[in-house]
Amino acid sequence: MSDFQHQHASHCESGVMSAIVRHYGLPLSEPMAFGLASALSFAWLPFVKLGGLPLVAYRMPPRAIIRGLQKPLGLRMRTETFRDPARGEARLQELLDAGRVVGLQTSVFWLPYFPQDMRFHFNAHNVLAYGRDADSGDYLLSDPVFEEPMRCAPADLARARFARGVLAPKGLLYYPDGQPAEPDWNKVIPAAIRKTVRVMLRTPVPIVGTRAIERVARAVERLPAAGDTRQSLLFVGHLVRMQEEIGTGGGGFRFMYASFLEEAATLASRPALAEQAARLVEIGDGWREFALAAARMIRGRDAFEPAALAALLRRQAADERAFFGALEKALA
Amino acid sequence: MDIENVPQEGNATLGGHRKAMYARGADGRLAPVAYAGWEVEEIVTRQAVEELDRLAADALTRVRAGSASPLEYHMYRARMDDTLLAQTTGLWRWRVRRHLRPEVFRRLSPTLLARYAAALGLGVDQLTTVPPQA
Repeated sequence: MSDFQHQHASHCESGVMSAIVRHYGLPLSEPMAFGLASALSFAWLPFVKLGGLPLVAYRMPPRAIIRGLQKPLGLRMRTETFRDPARGEARLQELLDAGRVVGLQTSVFWLPYFPQDMRFHFNAHNVLAYGRDADSGDYLLSDPVFEEPMRCAPADLARARFARGVLAPKGLLYYPDGQPAEPDWNKVIPAAIRKTVRVMLRTPVPIVGTRAIERVARAVERLPAAGDTRQSLLFVGHLVRMQEEIGTGGGGFRFMYASFLEEAATLASRPALAEQAARLVEIGDGWREFALAAARMIRGRDAFEPAALAALLRRQAADERAFFGALEKALA
Repeated sequence: MDIENVPQEGNATLGGHRKAMYARGADGRLAPVAYAGWEVEEIVTRQAVEELDRLAADALTRVRAGSASPLEYHMYRARMDDTLLAQTTGLWRWRVRRHLRPEVFRRLSPTLLARYAAALGLGVDQLTTVPPQA
């Protein structure tokens, strides 16, 4: 427990998984965990509503990184969920007593150390428990999106682990079974990249990948620009919030994947990947431009022009399509 | 994004915390940088929070006028809507909606009140009252 090292990360699940893998002996950066698990994506699920707004995600669904790292690293992850909160708590205690670090899925709303304005009912936040304070009984948590380790009282943690609703964690805890092995980078890196290319360019359903970005563009274009625009602006703000808050700062996931490509270029001795990283950074900057344009309209600094925002999204779709095509060629 | 362009303007909604972002450093390589926030982020987070605050304030006015139950006010205060409250309590949504009516809410059984109170993280006495007029 005492030898656990907290590390600040940009996304919770990749942060937790890279911390776990590192703790169990294989140095693995956060971008490497993200890229190897093929976690970059884009999804638009208008029929799933969060607070009345359609789900939009700039990455693969929760648990994709936990699952996705198993094969490349030859690592078996054990996952357990519980119907009864008391049993879930007892099991966590048991694992901590055995000296393990344990990944937990939680609801942001019930974690008291989150700033008030950030506490929404988002149920797929990942943290790592690495011990317990003997005096207060507080759990010692490594929440990767915070700079420093955190603490949480048992009652609050139980509530966060057993929150209900969309993506309910059901007390999910996870830990590795055995040790991760250093993989053959020349094999696992191209395989992981190919999977991401496939998801972005060739998913059969148009709600995943670059086509989904175009769909969002269409949805934005249809928003009423005149009259009461409150609802329209909430929708636009929601698109940005999903990149910002749950999405690590504007083009965050794009920047992180670019960092993965840069590292992958060295590990797999494929310099062409580093050139692609530079392109992806520009795409990330494009997402930030969209976020900035949207925020200015929300604040009323610019007039609300759905067509202008839709045009920015279409450009992102086109850029990402060209990028993933080029990335595939760079692997050949 | 280059490291010198990483916004450090601060973001009140982060409560003094910093987030990590990957940016290009002086050596030309991407690495995580702690950043204090971006105004854009603050704008969209505040927008969402203010919308929920507005819904809670509207509900409070209606509770005082006798046309909504305290449950509606507390639901929005807990940043929920009827769908989420239904999922959290395990009740049908039509039932939750019905309980937003004051005359129905007044007749709720202690069991149901306890269920709502637990879902919202409140005591039953808090659930059945609203803050006094300022």
